[in-house]
Amino acid sequence: MSHHKKPRRFKPDRDVKEWKGAYVPYDILKEAFVAFLAVAVLIVLLAVVFSSPDEPAITLKSWSTIDPVDFAQTAITELDGTSATATYGPPYNSTPDASQHIGFFEPDQWFGVHQPIDTARDFVTGPLQTLPDQPVTEAAIALYQHSTAAQQAAWTTAYEKAVANATDVNGRLHVPAGRYGPVGLMVGSLTAMAQTGGLDGTLLSEGQFYNTNYTKPLLFLADGTYLSDQAQAQHLSGDQWGMMNETGNYPGQAWLWLYTMWYQVSPMNSSANGDLEVWVIMMVLSVGLIFLPFIPILRSVPRWTRVYKLIWRRHYRELAGT
Amino acid sequence: MSIETGTPAEAPAPTSTPEESRQWTARVRHAAESAFPPHQLLPDRQPAYMASWIYVFGVLTVVSLAWVIITGCILAIMGPSWWHVSSAGHLVNSLHLWSVEAFFFFMVIHLWGKFFMAAWRGNRRLTWATGVISFLASVGAAFTGYLSQQNFDSQWISTQAKDGINSTGAGAVWNVLNFGQMLMWHIVLLPIGVAAIAGLHVLLVRRHGIVPPFDESDADPAPATASAIAADEPA
Repeated sequence: MSHHKKPRRFKPDRDVKEWKGAYVPYDILKEAFVAFLAVAVLIVLLAVVFSSPDEPAITLKSWSTIDPVDFAQTAITELDGTSATATYGPPYNSTPDASQHIGFFEPDQWFGVHQPIDTARDFVTGPLQTLPDQPVTEAAIALYQHSTAAQQAAWTTAYEKAVANATDVNGRLHVPAGRYGPVGLMVGSLTAMAQTGGLDGTLLSEGQFYNTNYTKPLLFLADGTYLSDQAQAQHLSGDQWGMMNETGNYPGQAWLWLYTMWYQVSPMNSSANGDLEVWVIMMVLSVGLIFLPFIPILRSVPRWTRVYKLIWRRHYRELAGT
Repeated sequence: MSIETGTPAEAPAPTSTPEESRQWTARVRHAAESAFPPHQLLPDRQPAYMASWIYVFGVLTVVSLAWVIITGCILAIMGPSWWHVSSAGHLVNSLHLWSVEAFFFFMVIHLWGKFFMAAWRGNRRLTWATGVISFLASVGAAFTGYLSQQNFDSQWISTQAKDGINSTGAGAVWNVLNFGQMLMWHIVLLPIGVAAIAGLHVLLVRRHGIVPPFDESDADPAPATASAIAADEPA
């Protein structure tokens, strides 16, 4: 039922002819009520039969207890600034050339650093300095912090080599000897602190009693391989259609299939700017779907495919019969 | 200034004076009455061509959204940790999950159905657009729900999703690792957005009615002759 001030050319993909045919009684509220009850039965059946997943969260305590070697290998990268978080760029820090971009389009640079994170201070030295009555650890931190950058790099490099061959001896971290100065003590203390559960609380704390921001513990956790190993075992890694799935055999966010699909195909699956490329594609497609009625060719697809003949088959059958 | 005694005999006349009809309130009422006359808002008959199962999926989507909201409200009443420690809570969480799955399942079928009907025809483009926007807002609402679960799925999904969000610059203000912020978006902002836009969508459907079938003379399978057919019928 279009009302135009001026007569304009009829376009079948835009305009309709006013319906002059028959109307039939239709109780729209009764239909809605029956549908409401039917969906209730459906979701109760699904909930009772299939339940819902609730895999417990990984804590820094459980990670460092189950895999202290991975924890220590991650901690040293936080201290020497080579972890994924330390080299991330905006919004966590201003690492040069870390932003994803498409040509000159580099949107995260427009907003800059909004969740500032210094991994050495926030993930290692800061938490260690909250430990009470640890003069040896305090001395190690002071020695590290007052040494030259070259000396610090020599120690962290030596520790990275040593911790690559570290072993887990009954839940305790055992790192081969090396010339890594105070760094071994610092990482060892941090591992022991994490194993007590102290690091979970310290990273969550923002200087107040109530906290709801898990940015720091989640970033630390994601820098290790333990989290991704667990996700791999639960068929959740990126090349397994990643985050649209959830633990167990549940449908997950199946509606993200198109978003996740772009991560599986070239060049996005190997591009350093893959996330931005996928998001630009999805933004264009989403806006395109909103404005589909205005897009030539695409808006004619329903008329050309003739699927509507199936939908309105009774109507066309009756038309043919008259 | 006199004090009005307010007897029934002095009640306002049923017809508006010119001054009253210029009121904002009166103008909004008249506009609403004009846009949504009762027989159009709650019709008791429909065009005969509405004889297909595909029409059921719109109402199934709406009632599934109602169940998403009802089960979500129960979870909200009891607080975000309840469902981890209570079997009753876990059941309500399961109902919430499956009502969301049903909602998206019905909504996607509804969307494809409307696409193949070219349901934007006849001044229904805004109806189409609000439907797509409510779908996109629902994706955001469901996503923040996954981030608010406080379990392994939340940890993995948030740490994976942050890279995409951050690459757009949105991560500066929309931090998927901030549980408190994501919970607020999930239970306040996005539900208001979805309910508002879905409500507008339903009102527009009632306002314009369901789209008539293609006139068979319009339905040319080949793009080469489409313009010829389009030209044969002035509005």
